Amino acid sequence: MSEGYIPKTLEEALEIRKSAKVIPIAGGSDLMVQHRREGGVAPGFEEPLLLLNEIEDLKTLRTDGDKIVIGAGVSLNELVNNNHLPYIVRETARQMAAVTTRNIATIGGNICNASPAADTLPFLYATNATLVLQSADKKREIPVEEFITGPGQSCLQSDELLIEVRIPKEHFDVEYYRKVGTRKAMALSKISFAGLAAFSNGKLSDIRIAIGAVAPKVVRDKALEGLLKGLSKEEIKNKIPEIRARYEKLIQPIDDARSTKEYRKTVSLDLIKDFIEERVLKKMSH
Amino acid sequence: MKIEFTLNHSKVTVDRPPEHRLIDVLRDEFGLKSLKEGCGEGECGACSVLLDGKTVASCILPLGRVHGHAIETIEGIRNSESFTAIQEAFKKAGAVQCGFCTPGMVISTEALIRQNTNPTKVDIRNAISGNLCRCTGYHMILEGIRLAVQKREER
Repeated sequence: MSEGYIPKTLEEALEIRKSAKVIPIAGGSDLMVQHRREGGVAPGFEEPLLLLNEIEDLKTLRTDGDKIVIGAGVSLNELVNNNHLPYIVRETARQMAAVTTRNIATIGGNICNASPAADTLPFLYATNATLVLQSADKKREIPVEEFITGPGQSCLQSDELLIEVRIPKEHFDVEYYRKVGTRKAMALSKISFAGLAAFSNGKLSDIRIAIGAVAPKVVRDKALEGLLKGLSKEEIKNKIPEIRARYEKLIQPIDDARSTKEYRKTVSLDLIKDFIEERVLKKMSH
Repeated sequence: MKIEFTLNHSKVTVDRPPEHRLIDVLRDEFGLKSLKEGCGEGECGACSVLLDGKTVASCILPLGRVHGHAIETIEGIRNSESFTAIQEAFKKAGAVQCGFCTPGMVISTEALIRQNTNPTKVDIRNAISGNLCRCTGYHMILEGIRLAVQKREER
């Protein structure tokens, strides 16, 4: 068995991916922990590693027309420190893990690990981000919600790599992110909440709500968002009980080591209230 | 596989699988015992080292990740001016209790001092957000870092 691969180019990496069974690994902050054994012993991986950190093509951060393009190998701290990125992207990254982990952990790794509590997912769902998946033979671009198929599961094929994230450039008047964890640093989320809203002529022209860690997949109700578009402040106020009822059904959390069903549900509904009533509606009156 | 990297300013080569943990390579193969294994899952920071000048947890860093890069440990920085400043400041502030977290705290302080000449209180807290002190002597540690930064500026 080969001991592993450290390709310098994407082409090389895709050829290896096509011809060998490997485990792609970027920063390693999830995989090394998942495969760890006792102290002093190397982690046990079933296949050789394909290390992606030397591939410059995966580290780009650029604008392409009306899209912000983030390479899969961009670290979380690079997201925090890039002034050109939207607030919601930087704020989410800032609240993830701690500086030691953010220096190595990548956005691509967080997405591919596909944890229901992955903190990069809510803003990606909310911004209608797409993911570019490439193999030696083809390239495809799919919405993030199609990529994630379940807890820890994605539709990434065995010959593919996630190469970049594409976020549509849009203006929002409210960008809201709340992470609920046991402490400020190094906490896995109990709830990870992204909210976006835009106004036009005194009416709500756009609203997005994406909530992580409260169901097998990130919760987003596009139909409800559609119903709220074009409404005035008063009209939205009247719809608050309906909004709450809709999300109450969608939010299906579990009890686990980090939190309880009841806590997650209650706090998620409180965050929806805070976002809509304290941020969106208050800003509409000005 | 052959992994080449710069360790404490010297070029080194090791022949090991890339998934080996950097902490084990540094402690066992190079005898660098300043880094400690605490949690073993990247949460406590006792094993912190500098990777290209940035603080990282070596217990979750695959060896292959450092190929072509530079690693520094306490052993590599202890003759520097900044280390002397940090050492004096930590002593003065009483920032060391049991000492297990101290190497990691010092590494994170060194990274902070290199990247940010005028850190705020928040910057200092953020710099050690990946380092746990089980004695919970955080106030003395924060004071130690503040003094170290100040000393550095006076030079």
